[in-house]
Amino acid sequence: MSWSILAESMPQLLQAALDTLRMTGLAFLIAAALGLPLALARMAPGLPGRLALGYIEVMRGVPQLAILFLIYFGLVPLGVALHAFTAAVIGLGLSGSAYLAEVYRAGVLAVDPGQREAAQTIGMQRVQVLRHVVLPQAWPAVLPPMGNYLVALLKDTSIASIISAPELMLRARDLSSEYFLPMHYYLLVGGMYLVMAWPLMQGVRVLERRLARGRLQGETR
Amino acid sequence: MTEPLVRAVRVGKRFGATDVLQDVDLTVQPGEVVAIIGPSGSGKTTLLRCIAHLERPTSGHVEIAGERVGAVLAGGRLRPMTDREIARLRQGIGMVFQRFNLFPHLTALENVMLGPVRVLGHGRAEAEPQARELLRKVGLAHKADSYPERLSGGQQQRVAIARSLAMQPRLMLFDEATSALDPELIGEVLAVMRDLAREGMTMLVVTHEMGFAEDVADRVVFMDHGRIVEEGPPQTLFRSPSHPRTQAFLRAVIDRQAMTEAP
Amino acid sequence: MNAWGRIGEFLPVLLAGAVTTVEITAGGFLIAVALGLLAGALLGAGSRAVRAAARVYVDVFRAVPVLTQLFILYFGLVEIGVRLEPLQAAILGFGINGGAYLAEVFRAGILSVHHGQTEAAQMLGMTRLAVLRIVVLPQAMRVALPSLANYAIGLLKDSTLASAVAAPELMFLARKLVDRTFLGPQIFLTVAVIYLAMSLPLGQLTRLAEARAGRGRR
Repeated sequence: MSWSILAESMPQLLQAALDTLRMTGLAFLIAAALGLPLALARMAPGLPGRLALGYIEVMRGVPQLAILFLIYFGLVPLGVALHAFTAAVIGLGLSGSAYLAEVYRAGVLAVDPGQREAAQTIGMQRVQVLRHVVLPQAWPAVLPPMGNYLVALLKDTSIASIISAPELMLRARDLSSEYFLPMHYYLLVGGMYLVMAWPLMQGVRVLERRLARGRLQGETR
Repeated sequence: MTEPLVRAVRVGKRFGATDVLQDVDLTVQPGEVVAIIGPSGSGKTTLLRCIAHLERPTSGHVEIAGERVGAVLAGGRLRPMTDREIARLRQGIGMVFQRFNLFPHLTALENVMLGPVRVLGHGRAEAEPQARELLRKVGLAHKADSYPERLSGGQQQRVAIARSLAMQPRLMLFDEATSALDPELIGEVLAVMRDLAREGMTMLVVTHEMGFAEDVADRVVFMDHGRIVEEGPPQTLFRSPSHPRTQAFLRAVIDRQAMTEAP
Repeated sequence: MNAWGRIGEFLPVLLAGAVTTVEITAGGFLIAVALGLLAGALLGAGSRAVRAAARVYVDVFRAVPVLTQLFILYFGLVEIGVRLEPLQAAILGFGINGGAYLAEVFRAGILSVHHGQTEAAQMLGMTRLAVLRIVVLPQAMRVALPSLANYAIGLLKDSTLASAVAAPELMFLARKLVDRTFLGPQIFLTVAVIYLAMSLPLGQLTRLAEARAGRGRR
């Protein structure tokens, strides 16, 4: 009997899983887009560098749930009432941008300084050097941690259920309290996350292995 | 005649499609020093590792003091040794590696004490003076509290020898113990090995140092392509080798030495 | 203006919550390290079945959100008659989840130790377990230390999720205060500062650990 209830819930859960994927994708875009200027600012001298560092440290030191609360509940007295889904996307995106900024930075630092000097000696300007020489070579060091971040983000969207943003975990909570089948629903939903995250995890693993091999070949050449 | 300390019986080892060892028979008597020479890839190291049971022979077997390495006869049938039985067997065999393999998180003294304390269960009060004595013997009493990264290659290798001796082994295996050393550091390690041979330690030495083999070994074994080609007393093997492959190998070695030693 | 003045009034409650937060973090961390060591070692076990079992544990628990795992423990188990206290569920949930994560960390640490170390220890007559315990793990730990510290910081922040299973930690008490006082911005900002005050020193320690691990083998 409980199985038929679960089966009936499947369309709703699948719809909610799509919301989870949508939230993941949007937050990832924000994080990836904001992370790059943040990384560049972080490496700049003076005030921009310090501001960026401050932002990164705060974002990485404060729990994501606290950031979501601040955006969702905290802005209301200031007259900003966001939809829970929007608040979740912004909150996850902002906290992710701090993480990815450090990933980008590590990638740039991994590029041999000789590359930069060589590009400067042929008369390239700093922005050109970055765009044409450094960033293209930074990708191998950036992609695996970026992939890992995507997997983590996919799972972290479940936190949005705590501010009642519509996604998979929230739907599971609603359904399980409606039918009082918490074990059934949470295991099912756990399985659904597994199905979404596992291929990503394998993809990252393959990527890591391939990039590691490429690096080794590059060295012997 | 006494029972041999080491007996390799038709030992073969195959990695994938390659025969690294084929039908190797070798005996070492107690107190004997045997040098194994030969070109790289001839199977010398693999033979040594089979004796230490770091590799399992694909055919044949090894005996140490009559005890079969890696297998136990029980109820008329051979069964593989347990982890514990292998560990006990290895307590009596010291091995010195090409890459020293000192434990980097321990000082020289702690490296030497580790076996007696953690494996033999000796008290620190008993193990420490013994360890210091061994370090003194290899000329490193003053380096007792140094970590391996602070020691030269030659010093590390001498600590590694002391670490093996601390287990009071009846057999010492040397796997190209000086091959990873800078030329000026080789002598100090060979001197320690020479002392050890003089004290009557049974030694099986894989080496590229022909001078050492000639001076110290009671018997020299020449290996090529996974087989023992020729063996005999050093005078015979080095002065009048009977097999053409031995002759070619020795000629190449002498040429190379002449080239490096030429002014 | 008065609203900020009232923070002092709530601070004792929030600090009591912070203590529970530390309890959850420390408890979860200890379980995670123990399970991680076990699973990390078993990932390299001789038996194929044991290896596969460890791999399934590691992959499954890392692919499912920790919030889902907490809900299974706290709400789900009730369905089969097992009722855990919120704190128990939180510590257990974070511990099991973290064990899967740390297993990979320890595995990488173990693999970073050169094979010659194992052989040298074996030739001193050590059993496989003794080799692992006496020679390999102490060296693997040095390599794993930065990741371990990073994990601790992550766990400190993730412990907010325990509020969703009603564990009386910092976030949970903060939300109750907000419900009563409607001082959302003030209270949540204070909470953010308290988390920062806990995680930033941990971050400094991590950097120290990273510097030490990077400096040499010692």
